[in-house]
Amino acid sequence: MRAAVIQFPGSNCDRDMAVAIRDVMGADTSLVWHRESQLPDGLDLIAIPGGFSYGDYLRSGAMAARSPVMQAVVEAAGRGVPVLGVCNGFQILTEAGMLPGALMRNAGIRFVCRTVKLIVENSQSLFTSGYDAGEEINIPVAHHDGNYFADKATLDRIEGEGRVAFRYADPVNGSARNIAGVLNDAGNVLGMMPHPERMIEAIQGGSDGRRLFEGLIREIA
Amino acid sequence: MKTRVFVTLKNGVLDPQGKAIHHALEGLGFSGVNDVRAGRLIEIEHESGVSKADLEAMCSKLLANMVIENFEIEQA
Repeated sequence: MRAAVIQFPGSNCDRDMAVAIRDVMGADTSLVWHRESQLPDGLDLIAIPGGFSYGDYLRSGAMAARSPVMQAVVEAAGRGVPVLGVCNGFQILTEAGMLPGALMRNAGIRFVCRTVKLIVENSQSLFTSGYDAGEEINIPVAHHDGNYFADKATLDRIEGEGRVAFRYADPVNGSARNIAGVLNDAGNVLGMMPHPERMIEAIQGGSDGRRLFEGLIREIA
Repeated sequence: MKTRVFVTLKNGVLDPQGKAIHHALEGLGFSGVNDVRAGRLIEIEHESGVSKADLEAMCSKLLANMVIENFEIEQA
């Protein structure tokens, strides 16, 4: 199994993500710099990690979404390669037009950094088959711009199509309908604000994030 | 040539920053402020050959996120 974690200037969860993918999935994981225009061959997973790419200049994720490597990520996603974007990675995927909606400044203005309860809304996706539908899990968030916005028609559509993967059990950042994670229409791209890679073993305070990667192994093996 | 691009949030999109600025103005004792919306001004210095269509493409491809924002182009 082969995976790539994309690094942008200002990414800061790239190594945690690579460790999670290596340790839990046993994947041969390479870090790929954003200036590359090609990805390694034969990838089974691409991860866009958290951080503050380009210092959040213009809008969170806006500059990273236009970097050379993202063209290759868009093409790979089009061929069905699973793409996981976490936190800044979610912002980058929406800015790149790979996921609907946008992530705006938290409704309470403040940076939110704590473990939150998520409800698994769809346990049938590539990324969520390690969970039961309706299950509550604990995963940390750490973001300033996690306030998910989309117009009502888009929200109704993604809800109707089962593309809300995770929802906050309680309001965290003002997100529309408490949405925490969204799938693309083909189901092979997931963006989520909470950090599953920070919950892969007990020493981190829990292992609810581990099951996302475990589910992925079964789906893509 | 200089062009100014104003990027503003679409109507109906909540603006937590504008709301915080509004509260801060009230905290300073300014009364009569009904609402505040925060946007962004981008100044672009460019050759005269850059067309309005080019500028519009710059706006829709990068300067504004069309999911949540509108833009206005003001040429000097």
